[in-house]
Formats: sequence, C-alpha cells, structure tokens
Amino acid sequence: MFSSEAVRPSKSGISRWNLEVIIGNGLARVGEWVLKTLEELGQITLFTASTIAWLFRRRPAVGTLWSTFFQVGVRSMPVVALTGLFVGMVLAVQSYAQFQRVGMETWLGAVINMAVIRELGPVLAAVMLAGRVGSAMAAELGTMRVTEQIDALTVMGTNPIHYLVVPRFLACLLMIPVLSIVADFMGVMGGYLYSVGILGIDAHHYVQNSAEYIKSFDVLAGIAKTFFFGAAIALIACYQGFNCRPGAAGVGQAATAAFVIAFVVILILDLALGIVIERVYLSLWPEGRKLL
Amino acid sequence: MSDPSSIHPSPAGGEIAIDCKRGLNEPSPLVPLGPILRLEQIWVRFGQRVVLRDITLEIARQESVAIIGESGCGKTVLLKTMIGLIRPSLGRVIFDGIDLATLTEPQLAQVRTRFGFVFQQAALFDSLTVGENVAFPLRHHTAKSDREIRQIVLARLAEVGLPPRVANQYPAQLSGGMRKRVGLARALALGPEIVLYDEPTTGLDPIMSDVINELIISTRRHHPVTTVVVTHDMRTAQKVADRLIMLYPVERLRPDEPQILYDGPTNQVEAAMDPRVVQFVRGEARERLLELQEAQDP
Repeated sequence: MFSSEAVRPSKSGISRWNLEVIIGNGLARVGEWVLKTLEELGQITLFTASTIAWLFRRRPAVGTLWSTFFQVGVRSMPVVALTGLFVGMVLAVQSYAQFQRVGMETWLGAVINMAVIRELGPVLAAVMLAGRVGSAMAAELGTMRVTEQIDALTVMGTNPIHYLVVPRFLACLLMIPVLSIVADFMGVMGGYLYSVGILGIDAHHYVQNSAEYIKSFDVLAGIAKTFFFGAAIALIACYQGFNCRPGAAGVGQAATAAFVIAFVVILILDLALGIVIERVYLSLWPEGRKLL
Repeated sequence: MSDPSSIHPSPAGGEIAIDCKRGLNEPSPLVPLGPILRLEQIWVRFGQRVVLRDITLEIARQESVAIIGESGCGKTVLLKTMIGLIRPSLGRVIFDGIDLATLTEPQLAQVRTRFGFVFQQAALFDSLTVGENVAFPLRHHTAKSDREIRQIVLARLAEVGLPPRVANQYPAQLSGGMRKRVGLARALALGPEIVLYDEPTTGLDPIMSDVINELIISTRRHHPVTTVVVTHDMRTAQKVADRLIMLYPVERLRPDEPQILYDGPTNQVEAAMDPRVVQFVRGEARERLLELQEAQDP
C-alpha cells in the first residue's frame, strides 16, 4: 500500500510520479472493493444454499415454527393493514383531480386497484416486513452472535442455520403472501371508501370499471412476487445478524443494513419480476392489456 | 463415509471414533490409550494477522490443563479451534483419533456432543428459561422423555449448587456467577468427555471466582472428564489445573521463537526459565492480591 505522504501533491502541483501514485491507490481501492464485494456475494450464496439445504434436510420443531409465524405474520398484520388502507385513500386523493377534469372519475377504481394489486400491495407488505421483522431479526441474531449464543448452538451440535434461520425463512416466505393479500384488500377498501364515501363517485361504476381491468392474473402475479420478497428479506436479515460485528454498535449496524439492503433488493426484484410477469402476460394474452 | 454415530477407531488410531449415542453415564469405550486431543502444527490467521503460529500440543484423557496468557494472545482462539468452531488455516486437530477437518458438518456436530463448552459470558439463550437451556442438548440429541429430561436438568443444577426454582427463571434474572453455573450445568448435560472453559472467572468477584474454581474441581471429581481452562487468572490456573500452557502474542515473538512459552506442571511454573513467564505469573499474582485487598476493604 502507498503511504499517505506519497499521495500528497507537491506545492508546485501534481507531479507525474504523484499522479501515478494517486491512480495506483485508486485502482488498489477499486480492486479491494471488488474483491470484498465478490467475497460477500460468495458468502451470501453459501448462506442461502445452506439454508435451502437445511430446509429439506430436517423439519424445524413445530413450536419454534409457530412462534416465528406468529411474530412475523400475526404481529405484522395491523401495520400492514393500516398502511394498505391509507395508501388506497391517498391514491384516490391524488388521482381524483386529474380524472375529474376529463370526466372519468368512475375510472378511478381501475387505476387505484391496478396500482394497489399489481405493485403497491406486495411492495408495501414487503417493505413493512423488512422494516418491522427484518431489522428485528437482524438485531436478535446479531445479539445472539455477539453474546456467543450462536457459537453455543454450534458447540452443542445444533446447526444454527437449521435452528435459527430456517424457521424465520419459512415464516417470511409463507406469511408475506398473506400480508400482501391483507394490504391489497385494505388498499382496495381504502380507495373505495374515500372515492365513494367522500368524493361521491358512483359506487356501481367504480366497482364495474375496477372489475373490468383487474384480472385474476394480476392478483396471482402480485402474490407470486411476494415469495421472492419474503425469501430475500429473511435471508438478508439472517445473514446480517449472523455476520454482525462485535458490540452494540455492530448490532445496530446489522439491523440498519438489514432494512436498507432488503429495501433496495425489494425494489430491484420488483422491477425484474415486473418485466418477467409482463412477458408472461403477453405470451398468454398477445393482444396486450386493455387501455383505459 | 459411514454413519457418524457408529464410527469407532481402529486400535492403531487410524480410523475414526465416534459413539455419540452412548448413555449419559456410560464410560467412553476408548479409555486411556493416548491423548484425547492432539493439535498438530496449528496456524490460525484472520486476514493478515497471525493469531496462532505452529501450535503443537497433546492433552491426555482426564488431564486438567490451563492455558494462560495475556489478552489477545490467542487463548480463546485456541480453545475454539479445539472444538472446530474456528477452522485452522494450517494444521490438524485430532480428537480421539479423528481429524476434525475430514468430517462433514453433521459428523462434526455429532463429535461436538462429546464436548462441553463453558463460554466466557455463559452464552445462555435469553428466550429460554434456565431449565430449557440445560435441557436443550438433551432434547436435541437424545430421545429421553420430558420426565427424564427434567430429572437430569434438576440433577445438573444441583451439581452446580443451584436450587430447583432457578429452572423456571430466565437468564436475565440471574447474577453473573449464577449464569456461569447454569452454563456449566448445560455443558455437562450430555455427559461430555472433555469440558472446555473459556475464562470461567472473568468478571466475577474473588469469592464467586473461588466458587467457580471449586465447581471445576468437583466436576472433575464426579465425572471422568478432561478439562481445558483458558484463563488469564493465575489463581484459577493454579487451583484447577495440573498442567499449564502459556501462550504469547505472535506479534511480539521473534520469527524463530515458539508461541508456547511454557508447557509443564502448574506447580513448577515459578521456576520457568523464560523471564516473560515469570513476569506474567508474578504480575497476575500481584493483581489478584490487590483485587482481594479491595474486596476486603472496599
């Protein structure tokens, strides 16, 4: 590594030698970053592979599984429902003025419900899960790492991935579709209640137009996406917890990283899955989606 | 590879020896032939930092060994290497004729059930009660009924001087000394052949340290176990161990110097030729004396 003295430019400007040192240092840093990232990716891949292997190798204890399902699913229900409800209402508020100008208020339902069912419901459920459950998982496992509880499991001949990760992975994987359905339902209800109850849009046409544009494919595609989100949230959170740095600061960083990384991954996955789902749709219905 | 629960050693020590489904009080079928644990030219590196350099040592069955040395010299790393928690960068760890590096993860997990490990901060599971903590290895590695498990749990707790009511408490409700005792009870639950203690008296007052030392001695008396204690507390080392191994930080060694500065009987450590050993022993003794004086006259 080059010394910090060497990279300092001379008073007369940056000499050629100094420039070479600066470029060399820069390249070394980039190389270091690439290596570190590749190493991290390799570790995440091994962690994922190990989790999937343990998923099939031995069933987790029913007691552990139920309590994790309860924590992940039931405890997240109120916040997901509330978020869905308000998002539906906010969409109605924001879109109403535009639709009213062209006299298409009754089409509001189609727009709100499409947005909620295809995108916002699944993504919001995933984001809420990442925030509420993912960071808590990372903090809990991080604390277990720091206090050597994970090592204690290992020395007692119990695989920590089987005991700690598999139940959390299963809970996220299987509960997030339920949460997504709740978010969808509440979003649809929020949009309906605000549009019909407060904005005075005709209920019959609102529902009829909505039904015309929302296919069961959209509902299923939205739910299908959540399996990927759930798996990503659990794996990222557990990985961050397992690889937590020592001390309280390490636990805090693990919790924050678990949420931030999961959030970014959810958005990337949403885009990628959105493209795939659209292709699937077009292959099934080549005429494409109906225009408003 | 054959079923890990039924692998036995050849008398020559070449093939493997695991019998994890033994009854709790059954003695090991492999009694005193050779060492129970052998470390051969162990190197452990974390990135660029070498923590253990060319460590070779043997621990005999039912022997009691203390590994001493100042903070950061690699004592805990050595202990965790013994049980396969840390894989050495180079060298072999051989437990009862089995090279741990040749085992698959499930086989290694089976071998680990023959170890007991007492962590520095006890490492009890916060979400489980004391009773559930002690029962944990029994539930995961035996087919015992709930009644049998409860009996064993209470017996182990009594052995470490804890009343039955403690079984229903959570670790957060216990003092540091009590937590360590529970940690020891949990380590003994499966009837291990070797118990590894990581800084068992750290963070405890001199009186509680003595209680833990007595427990280590009484555990040896009541169970045919090999004991390895990592400590920087000379009082503990001298009290519980027959043999002392002193490690020195690699970064302060010359390239040709061995990392083990002393490996010999505990009662002869004062006569060690290396001034660093003598300095450590006397320094620690002085510190303990000051601690005792402070405890008596706060």
